[in-house]
Amino acid sequence: MSVINEMRLDFEALPENEAFARLVISGFMLPLDPTMEEMADVKTAVSEAVTNAIVHGYGGGTGFVRLSASYDAAGEMQIRVVDHGRGIDDVARARQPFFTTSPGDDRSGMGFTVMESFMDGLDVESAPGRGTTVCMTKRIRLRDDAVPQRA
Amino acid sequence: MLCYEKKKNALTVRLSGELDHSVVTAIRGELDSLIAQTGAKKLILDLKGLEFMDSSGIGLIIGRYKVMSRRGGSVAVSGTDARIDQLFRMAGIYQLVERLA
Repeated sequence: MSVINEMRLDFEALPENEAFARLVISGFMLPLDPTMEEMADVKTAVSEAVTNAIVHGYGGGTGFVRLSASYDAAGEMQIRVVDHGRGIDDVARARQPFFTTSPGDDRSGMGFTVMESFMDGLDVESAPGRGTTVCMTKRIRLRDDAVPQRA
Repeated sequence: MLCYEKKKNALTVRLSGELDHSVVTAIRGELDSLIAQTGAKKLILDLKGLEFMDSSGIGLIIGRYKVMSRRGGSVAVSGTDARIDQLFRMAGIYQLVERLA
């Protein structure tokens, strides 16, 4: 199905932008009239992906994170979080529950597991030194009167 | 500043607002100094006032479980909503931490 709405946002890799990214994605999905639950699923997954970009991608250094999203008339959302940071050596290992590169830091290592559980699709592309792209899909169940249409 | 109350050996701390990576380090520091100051044997985290929590909350709870265990104490959580419950179950938190009504 063809995309009927799309957004892109670049922001600096700063912790205070985690809440900003959640706010943006919530606002963007509003026309789909999501339930509180669907909205919280998406907010949480975006929060995890953006936090990973800031903490692991850039590791406290500077850089930009791109959040982009789109949806089609059937209510299927595609969300991407891209950083140009250090990348992940072994994506399969990083996706394991409780895997963390900073165990002393009270990081749970549950970020990818949370994204996978709350979304309908998760794909992670990364290579050392080449940044990370996280693609997520979420199907929002449309109510009869809430089908967004592009004129 | 966290809202807290100590009764006998139990320290109850109420968390509010949004719990994510951007605030978790500050909360962790405050919690650990409260635990040290009060010498509490039981830490109860009341999460009713939380408007948002991601996996940073899981890390915070597991970390405090370790701190309390080293002191011979324990951790409990209260006021968890369906979403927080789902996150905690995913991570097996209730094998370490008691869930109060």
